[in-house]
Amino acid sequence: LEDHLTGQRDYDLLVIGGGSGGLACAKEAAQLGRKVAVVDYVEPSPRGTRWGLGGTCVNVGCIPKKLMHQAALLGGLIRDAPHYGWEVAQPVPHDWRKMAEAVQNHVKSLNWGHRVQLQDRKVKYFNIKASFVDEHTVCGVAKGGKEILLSADHIIIATGGRPRYPTHIEGALEYGITSDDIFWLKESPGKTLVVGASYVALECAGFLTGIGLDATVMIRSIPLRGFDQQMSSMVIEHMASHGTQFLRGCAPSRVRRLPDGHLQVTWEDRTTGKEDTGTFDTVLWAIGRVPDTRSLNLEKAGVDTSPDTQKILVDSREGTSVPHIYAIGDVVEGRPELTPTAIMAGRLLVQRLFGGSSDVMDYDNVPTTVFTPLEYGCVGLSEEEAVARHGQEHVEVYHAHYKPLEFTVAGRDASQCYVKMVCLREPPQLVLGLHFLGPNAGEVTQGFALGIKCGASYAQVMRTVGIHPTCSEEVVKLRISKRSGLDPTVTGC
Amino acid sequence: MRRAVLGVGRAAAWRIRAGAESGQQRQRSPPLSPVPAPPPPAFRFVSRPGPAGSESETVEQSPPQSPGPGKAGDAPNRRSGHVRGARVLSPPGRRAHLSSPGPSSSSEAREELRRRLRELIERSRVMIFSKSYCPHSTRVKELFSSLGVECNVLELDQVDDGAKIQEVLSGITNQKTVPNVFVNKVHVGGCDQTFQAYQSGLLQKLLEEDSAYDYDLIIVGGGSGGLSCAKEAAILGKKVMVLDFVVPSPQGTSWGLGGTCVNVGCIPKKLMHQAALLGQALCDSRKFGWEYDQQVKHKWETMTKAIQNHISSLNWGYRLSLREKAVAYVNSYGEFVEHHKIKATNKKGQETYYTAAQFVIATGERPRYLGIQGDKEYCITSDDLFSLPYCPGKTLVVGASYVALECAGFLAGFGLDVTVMVRSILLRGFDQEMAEKVGSYMEQHGVKFLRKFIPVMIQQLEKGSPGKLKVLAKSTEGTETIEGVYNTVLLAIGRDSCTRKIGLEKIGVKINEKSGKIPVNDVEQTSVPYVYAVGDILEGRPELTPVAIQSGKLLARRLFGASLEKIYHTLFWPLEWTVAGRENNTCYAKIICNKLDHDRVIGFHILGPNAGEVTQGFAAAMKCGLTKQLLDDTIGIHPTCGEVGNRRF
Repeated sequence: LEDHLTGQRDYDLLVIGGGSGGLACAKEAAQLGRKVAVVDYVEPSPRGTRWGLGGTCVNVGCIPKKLMHQAALLGGLIRDAPHYGWEVAQPVPHDWRKMAEAVQNHVKSLNWGHRVQLQDRKVKYFNIKASFVDEHTVCGVAKGGKEILLSADHIIIATGGRPRYPTHIEGALEYGITSDDIFWLKESPGKTLVVGASYVALECAGFLTGIGLDATVMIRSIPLRGFDQQMSSMVIEHMASHGTQFLRGCAPSRVRRLPDGHLQVTWEDRTTGKEDTGTFDTVLWAIGRVPDTRSLNLEKAGVDTSPDTQKILVDSREGTSVPHIYAIGDVVEGRPELTPTAIMAGRLLVQRLFGGSSDVMDYDNVPTTVFTPLEYGCVGLSEEEAVARHGQEHVEVYHAHYKPLEFTVAGRDASQCYVKMVCLREPPQLVLGLHFLGPNAGEVTQGFALGIKCGASYAQVMRTVGIHPTCSEEVVKLRISKRSGLDPTVTGC
Repeated sequence: MRRAVLGVGRAAAWRIRAGAESGQQRQRSPPLSPVPAPPPPAFRFVSRPGPAGSESETVEQSPPQSPGPGKAGDAPNRRSGHVRGARVLSPPGRRAHLSSPGPSSSSEAREELRRRLRELIERSRVMIFSKSYCPHSTRVKELFSSLGVECNVLELDQVDDGAKIQEVLSGITNQKTVPNVFVNKVHVGGCDQTFQAYQSGLLQKLLEEDSAYDYDLIIVGGGSGGLSCAKEAAILGKKVMVLDFVVPSPQGTSWGLGGTCVNVGCIPKKLMHQAALLGQALCDSRKFGWEYDQQVKHKWETMTKAIQNHISSLNWGYRLSLREKAVAYVNSYGEFVEHHKIKATNKKGQETYYTAAQFVIATGERPRYLGIQGDKEYCITSDDLFSLPYCPGKTLVVGASYVALECAGFLAGFGLDVTVMVRSILLRGFDQEMAEKVGSYMEQHGVKFLRKFIPVMIQQLEKGSPGKLKVLAKSTEGTETIEGVYNTVLLAIGRDSCTRKIGLEKIGVKINEKSGKIPVNDVEQTSVPYVYAVGDILEGRPELTPVAIQSGKLLARRLFGASLEKIYHTLFWPLEWTVAGRENNTCYAKIICNKLDHDRVIGFHILGPNAGEVTQGFAAAMKCGLTKQLLDDTIGIHPTCGEVGNRRF
């Protein structure tokens, strides 16, 4: 039967979606000698923004986001420079067009790179919009409307997600933009209202402020839900003290275009019940993401989705309700929406399918970093989660307020530079989580994520010699526990 | 007969009467009831790990004891091995299987045992841990008998938990064998060491010793290691003094409390490095849309003043923290004059004498000179550079140490004309592939290298700030000589230990005559039992601030209270470089794994931005027994440089 079936179908593996996860699957399978096809199609955003191969991360996510974050960081460094002897006349203006063009050029070079990689590995690439015909066949529609049928033994769905628009707010869709558009704007967004409290919202507001724009964040309830709340509030505190405005406990009710082209936003302050308005050049919705499953005709193949989220339901081996159809990445219910998890899950899946492996993806202790102006890196449990799982009396939190050496000469405020390690209280005090707020948080957190993967204990971390002078050495110098009530401010060398 | 009950098992601590024959006239010593955590008693060690088996059985070989539960796995210094072993058997990435280096109750029991042993040592004028059948133990017992000295003896083969006691002892003293002798709380060692001490007269001195000293501990040198040791000892309730005095450099530069790192090392170095990085950031920023004049000049004086201000605040902070912990700080030069006595000479030449039960030498190092004509007169070193009142201008850096390359790097970053003269290889001791990559990166960024040359003469052509110097150099391979004119010549050819002018010979502390470094055993003890050393002056230890800090702190804990760590040290197109158009194929990372040990990661190297921040966490992970498999299983943080560690190998 197997031979018969294999002989009939066009491909061993068909991957729907050319983002980080999908491409990783396709390349891995090709490397294992399989016949592979990738289909990818970018539905233009409501504002008409479109992009090339590579998915969210490359085009409208991590990559352009971090580059714009870097632009904002450079603005801070320019202000530091005179303290270090560089004679730069202040203030220095910023040109959005120049930055955007440079960022977009880099992204385009990555799109090209992905196509070349697929070609090198003999993966067939179709720029078509796919939908299921039956459980082994997909129909693709090209830009011109031409249709093509593709069949495969195994199908991986990796279509990712797209930003959510609010449904009951007048003018939201007509006048608002999302993260799908911001990185591709040719002109500066000007005075911007960012609606949402996700990391996308805070990161965008952060870099907009950093390059000198007037940015306001409207948050309905709590910022960075799911992250450690003490850290989250410090992130907000830092942003607020560096010029980002916050409208807490507010929810927008409509957006209107004024005759002069400005956007008038009306919102309700939920604590006072009063209505208020403001005018902006740009309104950016960053209120969450929805999975890109609607046009897939999943019911034709019999793939189950969650009725609440429309995300695809899978087991621990990424299998859907249909035995040979799998799903990875942001389109899957209950998975972290992160590029590296999609890539690793995809590779492991393909190794199981074609490489005789039995390794399953471990979704515990996934490290991540929020690239707000003061970066927040974390891995493992938040303090709240640790207490919820183990009980207050079994959790020990070590923490420190530190001052990065670079901040001293530049006279920067380090009130929010903070690190905490959440451990079990019982020796050897297994590390449950690490939270780091400060410069280069991603670089600091990565290695410690490994340590936690290795089952690091507080005792082992304390036996690691610091690298001096760095910010990350503060982690191996954590001596003050919250329970002790002692002042966690680091002094001296 | 008097018996001592020690810990969970029965113990026999025998008091030997003067002149009594060993093992015959025994007296019961009062029972040692469990002591509720006494204040950490002072006791000291002379540990000289003899060659294995030279003196008696090792723990592993001791015949009469049944191996206690968790005997091997619980030894603190073997803990990592235990974890490693456990992890290999369990599926990767499951933390529950990775943890638990033994139940915590056994570590508590060990702590309790440790406390009781300390109590025993504390209370005895002479304490001998012995085995009844061991001839070496018998010799020692006889020696004390012949001296008419009463001693407490614990026969480890006659107590239930003798093996555990021996293990805890080896954790404290790094000596696995018996006899293990303490005199007036000082760990003298085994049989050979006791007899040596007897022959040198030290034993008699230790026996006479009383606590009539001015201080419990005097630390010579107020750098990172000395200060951390002082503070820790003070926290443990000891009376501590720090002697610190900065002898001005040949160019007349001197500085405040805190040692090399704070004043003329890590701190100003990294700040100047940061200044140079900002120069690069300024170039980058234009590509990221920031608009300003193409020409940005760097002003040395502004930078130096800001850095020196920061350093002054650190100096002040150190003085405050010593005061807060009631550590006596004396700004004087310390020199040993006789056993337990040191002379302190202040700036005005006034001399004061202090005595202490124990000493820690933490005098560190100072930059070396070439010993050629004109070097001390005209050249500067890292001691001078960071507070130089004028921009050094066109600079020749002599040397290939990390100090040389770091200085050359930031000077070039300010736009100065910089040449590095290298005798042989770059960054000796570091991974040479990485070192060469560092060199070629610097070369691409305008630093010139003169390889295989050494200076032979420095002449002054013009005075000034800076002046003009002529440097004559000769090839290390042929007869070729070259000549160059520079504004500044910075020597960075190595550092010499400050150990030759502090009276060490007066009390018999041995130093390596060639290097000036002080050989110490695994517990930082010198050849003189009550004198310890930490930091850069130690033979065969890394010259790094955090190492000194950690070892200083651990030393104080071993001496006065509450073990030895191994050290890992550090020496792609980063996304941020792409838009800035900075070079590709420069940043590089590698790990080294041991194939024979489950691909355990034994080396991690990264060349690129924020290397320090990246390496720290990986070091912690290696400490936890990182393997290639675990590295592969760890999710990267995207987009960072740190994720190369997880994605690219």
